[in-house]
Amino acid sequence: MNNNVLIGYKQRDNFVDRLTGTTKLIGLIALSVIGMTSFDTRFLLVLTVCSLALFRVSGIKFHEVSFILGFITVFSVLNLIAVYIFGPKYGVHLYGSEHVIWQGIGPYNLTWEQLFYEFNLFLKYIFTVPLALIFLMTTNPSEFSSSLNRIGISYRISYAVSLALRYIPDVQNDYRQISRAQQARGNEISKKGKLTHRVKVAGQILLPLIFTSLDRIETISQAMELRRFGKLKKRTWYAARPMKRNDFLALIVIALVVLVGIYLFKVNGGRFYNPFK
Amino acid sequence: MNNPIISFQDVSFQYQSQSEPTLNHLNFDIYAGEKVLIAGPSGSGKTTISRLMNGLIPSAYPGKLSGKILINGQSVTDQTIFDLSLKVGTVLQDPDTQFVGLTVAEDIAFALENDGEKQSVLKQKASEWAKQLGISEIINNHPQEISGGQKQRVAMAGVLVDEGKILLFDEPLASLDPVAGRESIELIDEMQKKGDTTTVIIEHRIEDVLYKSVDRIILVDEGEIVANDTPDTILKSGILAKLGLREPLYLSALKYAGVDLKQVAHVDNVNDVALTENTVAAVKKWVQPHHSQTLATDQEPVLKAKDISFSYDSKQVLNKLNLSIQPGEMVSLVGRNGVGKTTLSNIITGFLHQSSGSLTLNGKVMDDDSIKERADHIGYVLQDPNMMISKNTVSEEVALGLTLRQVTPDEIETRVAETLKVCGLFEYRHWPISALSFGQKKRVTIAAILVLNPELLILDEPTAGQDWRHYTEMLTFIRDLNQKTGISVIFITHDMHLMMEYSDRVVVLNDGVIAYDDQPMKLFANLDLLKQASLVETSLFTLAQRVKVDPEDLIASFIDQERVGQRDE
Amino acid sequence: MHKKQGISVRTVVAIGIGTAIFFVLMRYIPIPTGVPDTNINLAYGFLALMGSIFGPVAGGLIAFLGHMFNDLTWGEPWWTWIVADGIYGILFGLTKKYLNIENGGLTKHKLVIFNVYQIIISVLVWGIIAPTGDVLVYSEPASKVYLQGITSVICNALSVGILGTILLVAYARTRSKKGSLKKES
Repeated sequence: MNNNVLIGYKQRDNFVDRLTGTTKLIGLIALSVIGMTSFDTRFLLVLTVCSLALFRVSGIKFHEVSFILGFITVFSVLNLIAVYIFGPKYGVHLYGSEHVIWQGIGPYNLTWEQLFYEFNLFLKYIFTVPLALIFLMTTNPSEFSSSLNRIGISYRISYAVSLALRYIPDVQNDYRQISRAQQARGNEISKKGKLTHRVKVAGQILLPLIFTSLDRIETISQAMELRRFGKLKKRTWYAARPMKRNDFLALIVIALVVLVGIYLFKVNGGRFYNPFK
Repeated sequence: MNNPIISFQDVSFQYQSQSEPTLNHLNFDIYAGEKVLIAGPSGSGKTTISRLMNGLIPSAYPGKLSGKILINGQSVTDQTIFDLSLKVGTVLQDPDTQFVGLTVAEDIAFALENDGEKQSVLKQKASEWAKQLGISEIINNHPQEISGGQKQRVAMAGVLVDEGKILLFDEPLASLDPVAGRESIELIDEMQKKGDTTTVIIEHRIEDVLYKSVDRIILVDEGEIVANDTPDTILKSGILAKLGLREPLYLSALKYAGVDLKQVAHVDNVNDVALTENTVAAVKKWVQPHHSQTLATDQEPVLKAKDISFSYDSKQVLNKLNLSIQPGEMVSLVGRNGVGKTTLSNIITGFLHQSSGSLTLNGKVMDDDSIKERADHIGYVLQDPNMMISKNTVSEEVALGLTLRQVTPDEIETRVAETLKVCGLFEYRHWPISALSFGQKKRVTIAAILVLNPELLILDEPTAGQDWRHYTEMLTFIRDLNQKTGISVIFITHDMHLMMEYSDRVVVLNDGVIAYDDQPMKLFANLDLLKQASLVETSLFTLAQRVKVDPEDLIASFIDQERVGQRDE
Repeated sequence: MHKKQGISVRTVVAIGIGTAIFFVLMRYIPIPTGVPDTNINLAYGFLALMGSIFGPVAGGLIAFLGHMFNDLTWGEPWWTWIVADGIYGILFGLTKKYLNIENGGLTKHKLVIFNVYQIIISVLVWGIIAPTGDVLVYSEPASKVYLQGITSVICNALSVGILGTILLVAYARTRSKKGSLKKES
């Protein structure tokens, strides 16, 4: 477990790094939502290639994220297999034609339509990965809440996010200590034993963690009130960064991408691009 | 005379959740520029006084208030907690809860952010105050990366930015090691002199606060003010001991030597205390030459660590460390924060594995034993009892370890009852733990470990946050336990008094090895070693130097006398 | 006393700390069920407690933010389930008034009703809302996502039913009146 917040932000000093958190946040949300809804393969391909290129520019090293990439690959492959098992003809149904590559048993044959559909899904699974990682690894956590505040979320909720980032390492640390103390008494989350029993044991281990944290909520809120949190209708942020020319350019590009995505819905007469027609 | 800056006039207060008032008819004034120590045993109401000053009452703690409290001549009831915060800056006890920013700079600027100040102001003020408090180099660090002492400085900077005229410290020494505590007291003093601020310190560790002079001490007990006078007068009156508070060590020593404190001038500081010829003679007569006994080592040690090395993030934490613990020994393991004390205890308990070296338990190698197997012999008690308690009632909690080891119900019952009796908890066996005091909870966690019959007990900061009376109760309990059952004890601690009076041996960890391993008094007579261990010289040492006797002899005489005193109680 | 503007400071801190815990539980401490890729998520038992103490805003945001952070660290913000989680948290928050746990108002009867309610909302959120979102947005085959949904219903209801109940009871105990405790010899 890393001591740094989430997975290692560090200053990298390049184009992506210098964009404000606000830009990156809007970019991540806008692109992941349009990519999530669109089934236009050309669009998804371009999106994937662009986000990989951006990842390259951002200066994040492969070894920093290799574990996550491995996990995502396994997750995607399992999901794609599951989709095939549960809906071997789903592609045929979506695209309204059937080009069989290989005739299997019962419904389990292989069609171009199914392959194509699953390829779309695959792109949808992976195109966000570089974007999310860029966001996490190049956005200064300190700046994150001011960005939320800037896009219109109340400063109270924005600050709650900052508190979460502040206390995640502490919670991890407390958990480690508590679970060790419990292990010594013979209490541990093991892989053996009945499921309900395991959850109960976990509950016993978590109890001290949760109750000390509840006490902490009281003292932290007192400490914050003693320094006037919540006094005014707005607050300022030490770590906020002003939007620069590049931010506006980036936002325009993001807006264009989203517009193209929406335009394609119109062109395709729906969310799907159908090459089989 | 000018008007008081803080004025309590016939103030009583009762918390909504309690049936009795916590404060009864308090009257006192504090004047601008004064430095005042408010002291009292836990439960005396001193924290309630601080909450009345900074507005946490009624904002966070509703209740019934009568009488009048004026800050700067204005009644507190007319002001919100926000208004008050501009006048009274509060530094809370636990620096981790006060540190809400993601970095040092943000936390310093927090109050100003809430005032909606411009970013340029935020940056300028944060760097200015960081500089004032000597934390400029860590301004971009995360709270997880800095020490307790540094966190406290951040907390101070975070309230000093308001440039209010009153600073309120709630137990500033509670979570600091001796060196950091001393630095903190120096800093508070410096800030008070430089900024012309009024400083109110709530503490029960009187000698440590008096390291830098204060103008006045207000003593509180059971919701009433029992003394309000200069330190000199209060120390001479001998009232501290009656309230269950620790008297400065050098004064206890003078008393033991038969000196009448009433005849001594400047008793409030060991460097200033007037030592007449008679006094010096009395002390010299009292101090007995000390024969250092060599500790018997012919027995098989309970625990033996041989050539233990451990590294973390390619940093060598322990480097071929050797240590052995004899049966029935009480050993203090000390060293500055981050030196590897916790790592060592984690290796002993099996939470971490050494990269090389070997551990033996009663002569048998235990490197391959699991955490659970080791726990049958070695008990580990965390500093905060709340982090260990997971059951509802006292007896359930104590039984847990046995239940999980599938011991028969009958045996569980007898063993739990036995342990509870040893720990003085038998009469509370059906109580919900939430109804117990902090010290009692701590005992419950110790009982829950003892029930497994370990031969070695590792206690992490067993006395943190307890006043003198509870502190003495806790340690006397552990010593009795040690004498009754012959259990060996390792204290991981910064507490010098614990080392001096309750340990047979002190082990100082430094640079990955044991830098000192011997009787406590020798350590306390060695300034270099003390420094390595993040400890400070005690006032006994200073006193010995001033009367020109061997510090080791004086400390040893003192410890002997204290032990006699405790036995008589 | 100051005027209320939006949520209280205590709620803000509850959201912050709650999110931190939710995230740590979800990210680092899954309980494997034995079925591949399916874990019991302890975060939901915790969510039930936080919702019942701090109400719908806190419940909703803790779940939404905690789930979002978790997904982001895997590089895969799965918005349909993140939103579903937010709804789940809000629904838990709605129990605050009824359970009245902060003032020691929890009874056995209420606990039973709570468990019936949590099963209903688990079915609603994980059996209907989340998978339907996947069908509509991700166009995944219905049978697959509903099966995933049913597994989640079971896992999450179990987490809330066991861990949530343990936590609620334990919390209520710390809140109940001390009463007349007597030392026994």
